This record gives sequence, structure tokens and C-alpha cells, in this order.
Amino acid sequence: MTLETGYGVPTVAVHTDKFDRVVRSVAQVNGMPGLRQVFVPQPIMGKTPAELRAYVDGRDPITGRPVMQEVVEGLTRPFDESELGPAEFDRSTPRLVEPDTEENLHRRFLDNHWTDMLPIVLPTEARVADMLAHTRRQPDEIVGRMRSTHFREHWAYSVEKVAVNAVMAGARPEYFPVILALAATGVTARSSSSSAMAAMAVVNGPVRNEIGMNAGTGAMGPYSHANATIGRAYGLLSQNGQGGSVPGLSYMGNQGNSYAYNSVTFAENEERSPWEPFHVQHGLKPEDSAVSVFSGVRSTAFTLGLRETHWREHVRNLLRGIDPNGPPTLLLDPIAARQFVTRGGFTKKDALIDWLHDNALMPAGEYWDYQLVQNYIYPRATFGEEPWASKLKAAPDALIPMFRREDIHVVVVGGETNGYWRIMGCNYQKTVSVDDWR
Amino acid sequence: MLTVLNPVGFPPRVARKPPAPRLDSLEGKTVYLVDCRFDDSDVFLGQMQAWFAERLPGARTVVKRISSVYLHDDPTTWEEIKSRGHAAILGVGH
Repeated sequence: MTLETGYGVPTVAVHTDKFDRVVRSVAQVNGMPGLRQVFVPQPIMGKTPAELRAYVDGRDPITGRPVMQEVVEGLTRPFDESELGPAEFDRSTPRLVEPDTEENLHRRFLDNHWTDMLPIVLPTEARVADMLAHTRRQPDEIVGRMRSTHFREHWAYSVEKVAVNAVMAGARPEYFPVILALAATGVTARSSSSSAMAAMAVVNGPVRNEIGMNAGTGAMGPYSHANATIGRAYGLLSQNGQGGSVPGLSYMGNQGNSYAYNSVTFAENEERSPWEPFHVQHGLKPEDSAVSVFSGVRSTAFTLGLRETHWREHVRNLLRGIDPNGPPTLLLDPIAARQFVTRGGFTKKDALIDWLHDNALMPAGEYWDYQLVQNYIYPRATFGEEPWASKLKAAPDALIPMFRREDIHVVVVGGETNGYWRIMGCNYQKTVSVDDWR
Repeated sequence: MLTVLNPVGFPPRVARKPPAPRLDSLEGKTVYLVDCRFDDSDVFLGQMQAWFAERLPGARTVVKRISSVYLHDDPTTWEEIKSRGHAAILGVGH
């Protein structure tokens, strides 16, 4: 679209057929519904040159017409008026849903893809008003903007819209400032990525105890009303606030992700942690309340404690088990955290993160061959972006760090029933004050 | 009967954007095959380039990889295509 509209170059985009609805939708919301798009079968990845030549010589699986005929025509056949669409697309959002019976409204919310397929609480005006009473912010104030993918447009949402989704999730009104802070991050918990991302949310500070969040036994679910419904509200707000998360249209996660049901939302166990809280690491004071969000939550590795003799090797093995494009965030039960102090000598989180960076190593040849490294890191390395440009100079057998140091994080959570701990492969995005949304 | 609130956010206004004028033909023209660096798309575009050489030899083709990941705008590549080419084929979206 940029080449067409910004540079005046006639362009055809070729996609695989699984993306038919989503790319047409993206073209529409970018003002070019008639963008010339041609489809070939899925997948491209792993096919031989001969198989891909057959795609080129074959037919578009969507239209049934020869692929190259569509390509050539797409560059040479003038547009007619009907392909260009209206001068402006009307996409207003009404404040209210048409009144109906309770049963019919539940059905409508499901049919409109406004839920996560679990039962919701209907957002009546009285329930939404109760939620709004727990912030000083005005209902019509815009909290933030989200989109499901880089190619889509940002949608905006107000304090009232966040309250509507919080009610639907079953959240109690006293949770509302935390939910508003999550909304204010602008980080979607409903990415449309085909990699089936979820989000993760860590809550720090006094608000954890004020609203009964769980940082101990069962904190990561499903045993805390606050943790469960705050995380669910974040997900519902994301999918509705950004204008949808519909499989095949605005959600392409190939396997889905059960972490998305409540966006792995929990409180850090600050009281039992040997280190400073996560939000303090990111510029806030211990007495501040804050939410920190991570995206790209997919892979998990776990183990029990740290063994005296081979703990270093065991941790390295865990780190090698996650994709190099999904950096590690360690989620440590306090027992495991203290073992990192006693066995590793990491009296500061920073020292542990240094060690993780220096020990998550891989032969350069293996590293650069990862598909996601090829897709997302190699291009940046070839154009000089550090630290990847330097890594690219390494011999294939040379060991190089799998992750940037700044992408590695540590959070303490758990109730000390045992020293199990895990690594989430994910990307820290930002930390936002809860107090600003009270 | 119940009255409830709509949970959906507010979309931006979208106005129609005019596409570039189409070419009369590809004969004598330079067509850029733009590799978006997705999962073996370079192999696919190589096969498309071979098709042009066999079936439409009057069109010159150039395979060009975008400068970075597809998430970033790439004005350097777009300027090159505008100044040296006449048309572009982008591929492959997954």
C-alpha cells in the first residue's frame, strides 16, 4: 500500500491463501479495498523450488484463476470505480446495544465475537457506573489505543469502554484502576500473530494487597478472583478495544494459546523476594503501584530448584530450550530465588541477569539458522544494528549470546510449597503506574 | 428487556486512497520482485523471476530484499523502486 499511495508504483501483493480474509480486511481499513492481491497455497516455508514453481504456474486457490495472469493483470488493468470503495468508510460505534432479553444479549455478544467464549457478565449501565466510581477519570477520557498487528490501524477506547469490558470479565469495581493501567499500556493482549501470542501482566506495589491479589500459592491461576478477572478484563478490553480478534479475519494464531484466557496476570511476591521489586527496577518507587506487561508469551520451560553440582548446566539447558526470538523472563518461586542467591551468589537481580546473558549461548551457525531469527533478527543484523551485527561476524562454531541482556528479566512469584520455577519466553513491553488511574 | 453497553472501541476515520495508475503492458518495463523476508519467500520469488524470463522476456525483473524486517518502513527500497522500476510485486505474506 505504501508503494501504491506514497510512491505511485503499481503493485501486486502475493499472499498465501490462509490470509485471504485478513489481508483484504487490512486493505479495506487502510482505504484501499481494491488493492490487487493474489494468493498461492499455504505453506511457502520448506517447499522445494520445484514445488514453488508449481505454485507460480498454478491457480490462485481463492479465485481459481492462473496466478501469473492475475499478477500481470494486477499491474496493467486499470481500476474501475467499484474497486475503489466509498470516499469515506462509516465505522461509528454505538454506545448502547439494542435492548433485548438477557438470553438474546448473551447470544449476541457471542455471535459478535465480543467474548472469550466463556460466560460474561452483561454490562448494564448500573454495573458500568459502579466500575466508573472507582476512578477519578472521566468516562469519556481516552485511555489508549491498540491494534492487533503492525498493519492495522489503532482503535481508541475510553474509560467507559474499559469499564464495560471490566464488567464483562466479572471484575470487582475496586480492581478498576489496575485494569485502566493495563489498558493505558496500549499493548494488546490479543495480537493477531500467527505465532499465537499471549500477554503476561505483573502487578507490583500496595495495590496488590489492597484488592487481594495473589502472589503466593496458585498465583498464576486459577485460584484468585482478582488475578483471574483482571487478566480476563485485559484480554477482553484488548480484543474489543482494538476492534476485534476473530480467527481468520483479525486473529491468525495457528494453535491459539490458553495463556490468553487471563493473560498470565499475577502479583509479584515482593514480601518473600530477596531482590528489589520489578517495578522498582523500572523506575518506580516501592510505595508506587504499577502494572508491567509482556507480549509474545508462548514458550515455557520449567525445573525444580537448583542442584548443588550441576545447576549451571541445568539452567543453560532450560535457556537453550526456548526460541532465540523469545527472550527469557524467569518466574521464580521464592525458594528458587533464594537458591540463586545462596548457590549462585546473585545478591542482586542484575548479577543474575548478567549470568543468564553470558551463559545462554549457542553456536552462531545454529543461531542464525532459526526461522524466527532469519525473519526478525538477521535483517537487522545485515544493516548494522547491534549487537546482532557483531554476532553476524562470528564463525559458525563460535558460541554467541542467544539474547540481548536488556531483554532478560526476573520476577518472583509463588507460595513456597516447593521450589519449582519456570522460564517464560516473552518480550517485556512497559510499566505503567496504577496510581495515575485511581 | 435489558439495555447494555457496547464494548467495542472507536475506529479511526478511513478515507479512500487512490492507487497508482496501471501500466499499459509490462513489455520493456522493470518489475521489482520485493522479498519481504518471510519464510522462504526468496525461493518463491526466484521461481517467479524464472517465469518472467521464460514467459514474458520483454519485462526486466529485479529481486530486491527489504532492508530490514517487514515491520519497519523501508523508504530506501521504495525510492529505488520508484526511480529505477515501473512496477512491484511484493511477496510473500506468510
